[in-house]
Formats: sequence, C-alpha cells, structure tokens
Amino acid sequence: MIHALLLLALVATQDTSAGKVVYAKWCAGCHGDDGKGEGPGARHMLPHPRDFTGAIYQIRSTASGELPTDADLLRAIDQGLPGTAMPGWKTRLSDRERRDVLSYLKTFSTFFADTTTKPKPLQFSGAPGGGTGADALRIGRQFYDSIGCRKCHGDQGRGDGPSAPTLKDDAGRPIFAADLTQNWRFNGGGTVEDIYHRLRTGLDGTPMPSFSDLLEQKFLTEEQLWRVAQYVRSLSPAEAPEVRDVIHAPRIAGPLPRAPADSAWNHVDTYWFPLVGQVIKKTRWFAPAVTGVRVQAVHTRDSIALRVAWDDRSQSPDSSWLAHIGRVFAALASDDSSGGATQPGLWPDQLAVQFPLKIPEGMERPYFLMGNATAPVYQWRWSSQGGAVAGLARGLEQFAPLAGGGTVGAQAVYDHGEWRVVLARALATADTAHELQVRTGRAIPVAFFAWDGSNGEHGTRMAVSTWYFLALDEPTPASVFISPVIAMALTLALGMLVVWRAQRLPREG
Amino acid sequence: MNRRFFSVIGGAFLLTVCSPKDNGAARAAPPAPPAPANTDEVQAGATISGKIKFTGAKPTNPRIDMSEEAVCKGKYPTPPTEEGAIVNANGTLANVFVYVKAGLPASYTAPAPGAAPVIDQDGCRYHPHVFGMRVGQTLQIKNSDGVLHNIKAMGKANRPFNVSEPNSMTMPAPRPFSAAEVMVKLECNVHGWMVAYVGVLPHPFFAVTGADGSFSLKGLPPGTYTIEAWHEKYGTQTATVTVAGAAPKTQDFTFAAH
Repeated sequence: MIHALLLLALVATQDTSAGKVVYAKWCAGCHGDDGKGEGPGARHMLPHPRDFTGAIYQIRSTASGELPTDADLLRAIDQGLPGTAMPGWKTRLSDRERRDVLSYLKTFSTFFADTTTKPKPLQFSGAPGGGTGADALRIGRQFYDSIGCRKCHGDQGRGDGPSAPTLKDDAGRPIFAADLTQNWRFNGGGTVEDIYHRLRTGLDGTPMPSFSDLLEQKFLTEEQLWRVAQYVRSLSPAEAPEVRDVIHAPRIAGPLPRAPADSAWNHVDTYWFPLVGQVIKKTRWFAPAVTGVRVQAVHTRDSIALRVAWDDRSQSPDSSWLAHIGRVFAALASDDSSGGATQPGLWPDQLAVQFPLKIPEGMERPYFLMGNATAPVYQWRWSSQGGAVAGLARGLEQFAPLAGGGTVGAQAVYDHGEWRVVLARALATADTAHELQVRTGRAIPVAFFAWDGSNGEHGTRMAVSTWYFLALDEPTPASVFISPVIAMALTLALGMLVVWRAQRLPREG
Repeated sequence: MNRRFFSVIGGAFLLTVCSPKDNGAARAAPPAPPAPANTDEVQAGATISGKIKFTGAKPTNPRIDMSEEAVCKGKYPTPPTEEGAIVNANGTLANVFVYVKAGLPASYTAPAPGAAPVIDQDGCRYHPHVFGMRVGQTLQIKNSDGVLHNIKAMGKANRPFNVSEPNSMTMPAPRPFSAAEVMVKLECNVHGWMVAYVGVLPHPFFAVTGADGSFSLKGLPPGTYTIEAWHEKYGTQTATVTVAGAAPKTQDFTFAAH
C-alpha cells in the first residue's frame, strides 16, 4: 500500500529529470537535445520531427491552437504517428518511462508552464446512424465539396487538389495534403472517429484548419460534419492492404487487356506492394512520394500484361510543382556529391518493373537494387514523357535500353491523382539473350520502382520495393480432367475381366 | 495539374491590399491601401509623425494567377499583383508598421481598446494587409468572397489558430491575442499568395503607412521612445525620439531597395 502511494506520488510529481534520460536516449536523435526538432536524423525526414518549443501539436482533442492534453501527447508517444517516421513507443518503453518523457518534453515550451488551467478536450458527439449508407455518404460528399476539402485533398481525395502544390507547414517546409484513400497513413489514425476529431480540431502547424467554428456559425451541423468524416473514411478500403508475396496472373481467353480502363481488369486480383525511399546508395532519397503500387497481371496463350496503379498527386512534369520541389530539396539534407543537382527541374513520373534476366533455378536472385555489373536485371521502364522501353540494368543509373527499345508496350492513364499503366509483352521474344523469356508455372522474381517527378524524384531519388514473385498460373491441362475418367474406366474394365474370368473357370471340387 | 498555375511565389511577402475595383496590373504602382484606423481613444500628449521613404529601384510585385478561383478573379479588371513591396507615387513605402517598441513610462495606463479590428477576405486578398491591434482584442474574420478560405495565425508568443470559412460570413477568431507580438503572420493555405501581418501591442501607439507613406503616433506621454518601423520585405529600422509636453516631433525612416 505504501509502495503504491509512493509510486502515485512519484507519478504525480512527474519527474522531469528521469524523462530527460529517456528523451536523450530515444528522442533526441530526431527531436534534438533542445527539443527544436533538429536532431541529427531530422534532415532526413519529411514530415520533420516536432519542434517542442512552440508547443504546437497536430493531433489533439482540443480546439485549434490550444495546448494538447496529456492524454493527447501520450497517445502520440504510445501509438506513434502513422505516415511519419515517428514510431509508437508503447511496447518499447515502460509506462513510467513514457510518462516521464511526456513530462520532460513539456518543459521545452513555456506555454506548458501555466499549470493552473488544464487544456480542455472538445466535447465530441457520437456518430449518427446510417453511417455508411448511400444517402449518408452522399450528404458527406456534398459537404466535402462545400467546406472545401477538395481544394487540397482533391476531387477523389488523393491529395491532388488545386492548392496541393503550394502547401507548407508553419516552418515553411513542404507538406502534402493527406491522400484520403490511404487511411492507414493518417497521422492521427484512420478510424471515422479519428477523422471526425481531426475535422473538429484541425491539425495545428499544418494547413489543415479546424471546422468547429462552422458548427457555431450554423454553417453545418455536427451530424453533417460526421457525414464528411464517414465519406472520407469510405474513400479508403475497410482494411489496410496486406502484402501478398506472389502475384498470380490468371490465364484469360480473351484478347490481352492493353488499355488501363479495360473491363477485364475488374475481374483480376489486385496485389499491393509498399515502396520506400532509396536510402542505400548515393544520392539517397528520404522523402518518396509514391508509397506503394497496386499490381494486377493476366496472360494469354502467348502474351502477358501487368497493370500497375499508384497514387501520385501530380501529372509530371508540371511547372506548378516547381516551388514544392525547391522546398523539398531545401528541407532535406543531400548527400549528392555532384552539387548543383538540387535545383528544381521538370522531371517526368516514372515506373520500373524489374525481373531477373532469366528465371532463376534456385533461390538466388540478382541484387534487388537494379542488379550489378556481373548480374544484370531486366527492366521495363515507363516514363510519363516517353512511353516504355525494355532494357538491362547493371546497377543504379546503369540502365541501358535494348536496341529498338525491346518489345514491351505501354498504355497509361492519369486520372485524379492516380496513374494506371499497363505494360504488355509476348511471353517469348526473339532476343533471348537480353530479354526474360516468360514461362507459366514458375515463380518469376519481380520488383517495382517509382519516381514522382513533381516531388523532385529522378535518378537515384526514387521509391523502391524488394523482390516479390509473379506466377503465371498454368491453364489446367485437359489430361487433369480426362485421366481419372480413363483410370476409372480401365479399373472397371479390369474388374469386369477378372469377374468374367472367374466365372468362366471350371469349378473344382 | 498542368493547367494549374498556382505558382507559389516564395517568401513571406505577398498580397495586395488595394481595393479590387481600382487595382490594375497596368499601373506601374498600384495605389496603396488607406492606413487602417487605430480606433483607440487618443490621450493628451505629444505626437511623433513622419514619412517612410524609399530609395532605389522600385520593386515589381508578381502577378497572382487566380484562374482556380473564378469569383475572386472576376473582381479584378486585370490580373492583380502581390503586394510584398508597394512604393507610392511620392516615393514613400506603404504597409510599414510603425510603433513604440520601448520607452513608455511605468506609470502609463493604456486606454481601453476600441472596436475589434476586422480582417476582410475580399478578392482572395486580405484587407488590410498590415494592421495593428491591442492585446486582449479578438480579431473579427470576414469572408466577402463566398469561397473557402482558411485563416491561419502563426503566432509565436500567441497561440496559433487555423480556422475555415467556406462561405460569406464574419466570425471571431477562436480567442483573443493574449500577448504582445510584432508581427503575427496570417495566411490562407487555399490561396498561397494570401498573407497579412498583424502587430499586437499592449498600447495604442502604432500606425500603418498608406498611400502617402506617412504615419503619426498621437498622445504620447513625455519620454524617450524607441520607435520601430517594420516592413515585411525590408525588415526593421529603429530610431530614438524624445518628446516633452505636446510638442510634435518628426522622425522619418528610409528603406532601400535590395
């Protein structure tokens, strides 16, 4: 009992010196010893680590510009901020350590010094009924338009609204309007409640305003704001996508669907693969804009087609994003030794789909980061400025197109923040020395790379995946169905023969 | 996206303040706004006045492309320009915030603040572009455009706020400005060119230069004052001025092109 009281007293006094130790060990690397968000890791991060000295926090339960509650801060510490470099610490630090560090980080700002008034959370109403019904979502969509969400988040919610290229955080660093179709990356969580709370509180330090005042102004009701939240939630899948390692490409009878909008694609499974920044070789890239690709594949008797789709806020090159690129380069440390290459430029969007040159017999695969001098990889490269070519890569920036560009064809469509590119080729080609010969029934290694030109991505500044597999499902051969019938017939015939012979044998005895 | 042309023209200096009706890019120097009136009661005392002169090449302000916002674009006969630096026809500089930075006697008691200031979003620009207000006042935010604006106050000494106004309405800021701060930047993120600056002071001795580039600080008690002139692009200048009784003093400032 006494121990419990002592512990309570310790927690109540919130020992900031203990918090300092935890902070120095786990937090200062990004947030800096002085709490200004300028630790050694900070220059490799977008969004940038929080500057604690201003006490301006995105994820709160309080009104715009108010201090967060302790529970708000603890939530960010415990769960991290999805879509950013901030991990959750609930499983890595003890309850005591997390409380201590919470107390300590409040000491960076004088705004927390006044302990007489506690930050008051807003009173949130509960979600209305009929949440995801068509009528509810239609109302939500109406208010999505009328309160101006689309100005930044875009018509289809992919963060590609007309104001998107101009967005900055309070420090003038570039910031993306959230892609509302990827709720698993929402900084404050992706549930409908989380979304409603963000609409009420805004995200301080970012362009995202609070809409609470509109309730007071009777511009809309709480129920209608809930409908907005429900509409926004409906833009993302029910569950965050899971990575499945093998893309199954079914065999289809019809013509190869070479157009991105071909209805044949509606009947094919979609596989999602996360992409991350290329941080292995110089020039490294810590702020990839493409966070994943959605891949579908089909094949016919003689050809294969892959449809690769990904969210991209801009159809590059686009001069309206030049200032954004400048801000991205200014915000990130560069290890570019050539200098001068961090001037903003008009780069295209690009995609590379990578295979080994030959289907490997064992587990050995070429180096995933575009092979090397001795073990090249075979790639299809598509650019928003020049269609697709096939070629061999012998390392980063060591891509050489095949003579005549190989035999890969491409069709691409950009629509409201999404690229959909279909790449198609014959399974077998004449140039067997330089082109992968695609065969059914084999696990073919495949990897993906993407560049968003309007985010400053070109050359080694790109998003990469690891190796996955592509499998062209073999058509079930006729023998699979016929053999059992033949076997059964033979068995029956043999059986009857035996019986017949047995009956014909003279009885002995 | 290609059709879009929301160029972000960098930096902190943007915006024009002149009335939409009389602005024209065709004019070499758009007319400067009238200095927003300081509504506080004037006490008996001395007056410090002067002009903000400008030397060097006249700056040109970039055009604003409002093609994404037809309502705002329609308010201008010719494309409007930003107003990061407005040099008046008489060679003076507009939108300079001049105020008493230090020197008020400890015994000084400021009069109660007057009416709450209003910032109007009209033609996708802020009116006024530069203004002052008193600690404890609550800014009234007006939307005359009927299109979505968000208004974000980025105070350091004051708590920030960021609220949205999707339609024609006037609403108070979420809370009063509680601390003296020169300047608090206001911005709209929907329209990246929309920027305004407010100086928050615990006393009424501030003014903003208008189309004639002059300012006047009235009713100062006797004393020696640090007067600061602040401009969003050209920075700050200070002068020390001593006043006694009701004798007026003149203090000009000169900003140079860079």
